[in-house]
Amino acid sequence: MEKARPQWGNPLQFVFACISYAVGLGNVWRFPYLCQMYGGGSFLVPYIIMLILEGMPLLYLELAVGQRMRQGSIGAWRTISPYLSGVGVASVVASFFLSMYYNVINAWSFWYLFHSFQDPLPWSVCPLNDNLTGYDEECEKASSTQYFWYRKTLNISPSIQESGGVQWEPALCLILAWLVVYLCILRGTESTGKVEQLANPKTWISAATQIFFSLGLGFGSLIAFASYNEPSNDCQKHAIVVSLINSSTSIFSSIVTFSIYGFKATFNYENCLSKVILLLTNSFDLEDGFLTASNLEPMKDYLASTYPSKYSEVFPHIRNCSLESELNTAVQGTGLAFIVYTEAIKNMEVSQLWSVLYFFMLLTLGIGSMLGNTAAILTPLTDSKVISRHLSREAISGLVCLISCGISMVFTMEAGNYWFDIFNDYAATLSLLLIVLVEIIAVCYVYGLRRFGSDLQAMTGHTLNWYWKAMWAGVSPLLIVSLFIFYLSDYILMGTLQYQAWDATQGKLVTKDYPSYALAVIWLLVASSTMCIPLVALGIFITHCLKKRGTAAVA
Amino acid sequence: MLWPLFFLMTAIHAELCQPDAENAFKVRLSIRTALGDKAYVWDTNEEYLFRAMVAFSMRKVPNRGATEISHVLLCNVTQRVSFWFVVTDPSKNHTLPAVEVQSAIRMNRNRINNAFSLNDHTLEFLKIPSTFAPPMEPSVPIWIIIFGVIFCIVIVAVTLLILSGIRQHRRNTKGPSGVDDTEDKCENTIAVENGIPCDPLDTKGGHINEVFLTEEERLTPL
Repeated sequence: MEKARPQWGNPLQFVFACISYAVGLGNVWRFPYLCQMYGGGSFLVPYIIMLILEGMPLLYLELAVGQRMRQGSIGAWRTISPYLSGVGVASVVASFFLSMYYNVINAWSFWYLFHSFQDPLPWSVCPLNDNLTGYDEECEKASSTQYFWYRKTLNISPSIQESGGVQWEPALCLILAWLVVYLCILRGTESTGKVEQLANPKTWISAATQIFFSLGLGFGSLIAFASYNEPSNDCQKHAIVVSLINSSTSIFSSIVTFSIYGFKATFNYENCLSKVILLLTNSFDLEDGFLTASNLEPMKDYLASTYPSKYSEVFPHIRNCSLESELNTAVQGTGLAFIVYTEAIKNMEVSQLWSVLYFFMLLTLGIGSMLGNTAAILTPLTDSKVISRHLSREAISGLVCLISCGISMVFTMEAGNYWFDIFNDYAATLSLLLIVLVEIIAVCYVYGLRRFGSDLQAMTGHTLNWYWKAMWAGVSPLLIVSLFIFYLSDYILMGTLQYQAWDATQGKLVTKDYPSYALAVIWLLVASSTMCIPLVALGIFITHCLKKRGTAAVA
Repeated sequence: MLWPLFFLMTAIHAELCQPDAENAFKVRLSIRTALGDKAYVWDTNEEYLFRAMVAFSMRKVPNRGATEISHVLLCNVTQRVSFWFVVTDPSKNHTLPAVEVQSAIRMNRNRINNAFSLNDHTLEFLKIPSTFAPPMEPSVPIWIIIFGVIFCIVIVAVTLLILSGIRQHRRNTKGPSGVDDTEDKCENTIAVENGIPCDPLDTKGGHINEVFLTEEERLTPL
């Protein structure tokens, strides 16, 4: 008799696992950025509409497929149609790419967490230069938080061509991050759940994309999680709960992020003003304390009129301090998490406590999502009889973690952050859209929507609502097709792809073109997961033909 | 008769101490920034103290003639408070080289700061860079200690889990194969069979039904 499939202890564990997977770093650093870029509160309108049209239906679809087929992504799609097992393979490949670069973020969070136990925080002061007469030059030109991120954490090289060597400090943190992930996935489902005990067409596209990637559709993680459910589990309710919690976490974190922005902007604005006041006081030998923030403007005019020659000398050095320009600096991604937030934290009281709490939060978000990613890879592997006969679950998990850890050492090199950006932007974007499109067409038209609906009714006892049917059959596929066409045309029209490189001499980011081998890697990333679908289908078709010919020859 | 000499001396003094003169240094004080309400007013007495401190610094230089307060000249005092100063030699005709003055002031910077209750930022000698105190670096960086602790904990946890997994696997393979499957089901699936968790099925003994006990006691003995 076959070994029974492990199951969740109770439905709540499953819900928590899904929430922990869906609520990730994207909620913290991508959603607030989009809100800020696309009109603040009004971004919520397209976001909620896309949630209803695209997010919830697709989430429910993946959960239902997993719960019905009771297998990981490869097995589930093979059951629907053998030609479609390529979809599962593509999901696993995409998950593999994601887990490779995603855990580097956890490594950085660990690095910052360990450095939070110092007074003063290491990113709040610039280090001294060699003569001890002043501060380090690069740190003076940039800011202390940027210096700590680019020099101390990444030790970034000036361009992607100069790879440098593997930095041992981030490498150690990366090994630790992978060990923690291995610890959590070691025992399988039982331990995964317990870890948790998230009139502009661009606006709509961004909302659709954000919902899509925020929920983590297409990686096979949700199918993997749902495959460990009892067949009678009400995954419809869970789909709604998970998507709602994911969205409310995004909205909540944008409230927090915006208040952090405001704090940082006010602080920088006041800093800027005091610098200008000091400059004018020193240049014109005015009385100390004479110039204040309130009388600065009239005094500037007075000085300009009274000492025109001297004022024109000083004028180029006077910065125009504006609260609006500080507020308008919108940052997303690692820049937000590790530069902007740390800058705000260093100015708070008891900054060590806030720093520890913040990076601990980033870690829990990151590791929660990592568990989902690794589940997407491990579930098809452990389902496969070939592999599970020879290796135990612990060994498979260990091997996967070891291989991913080894490959992701690339991201700890000096140029590692540039490769990280490549993976972040291209590894899982276009291919996921295609994967989910094929998934939804497979379920609705290959397997049959009516058949699937009756399956779900037999499993859960609920009839399929007209809303789900309408979304699955019509609205969601159309949305995904339009998103796919938009992104494809965007990539083609953009011409040469560019990236932001850190220039140590100037202390800021500069734009550079990707060299040809980096472009080759990008195309390889996109192609390797998308091509799985047609290639595997072709392979199975050929094997079938060969088998038919073989049996025909025998007969 | 003495008046021309006096005018000559002041003229020479005026030439020696001028903004951007040779060997002259500009000093800038930010008293109100440093002390707030407790700020003192900069008057000639404070200037006297300053000249005394500079003379003190020069006297501390070995193999140098004793510098008097009168050798230190101040000029161009502004509201800021900022002024220029030079140190002359005993003949009061030449100014001492800037390098010597610079090194003397750097050595005694702390004493000068303390005399005025200021620090390196609020009492600035332009062109004399102050030496920052080197940061206190512990022999082992703190982050490595915390990293080591967490790393060891994780390694221990992983080893324990792997070992218990191996032990469980060995127990499973050694046990009888017939009963194995149902037991497997009970162990691996924490879920329920027919709504009854597997565990209570092998509790020892049974329950004593209270009802029958009380019935017996209620019946009065014949």
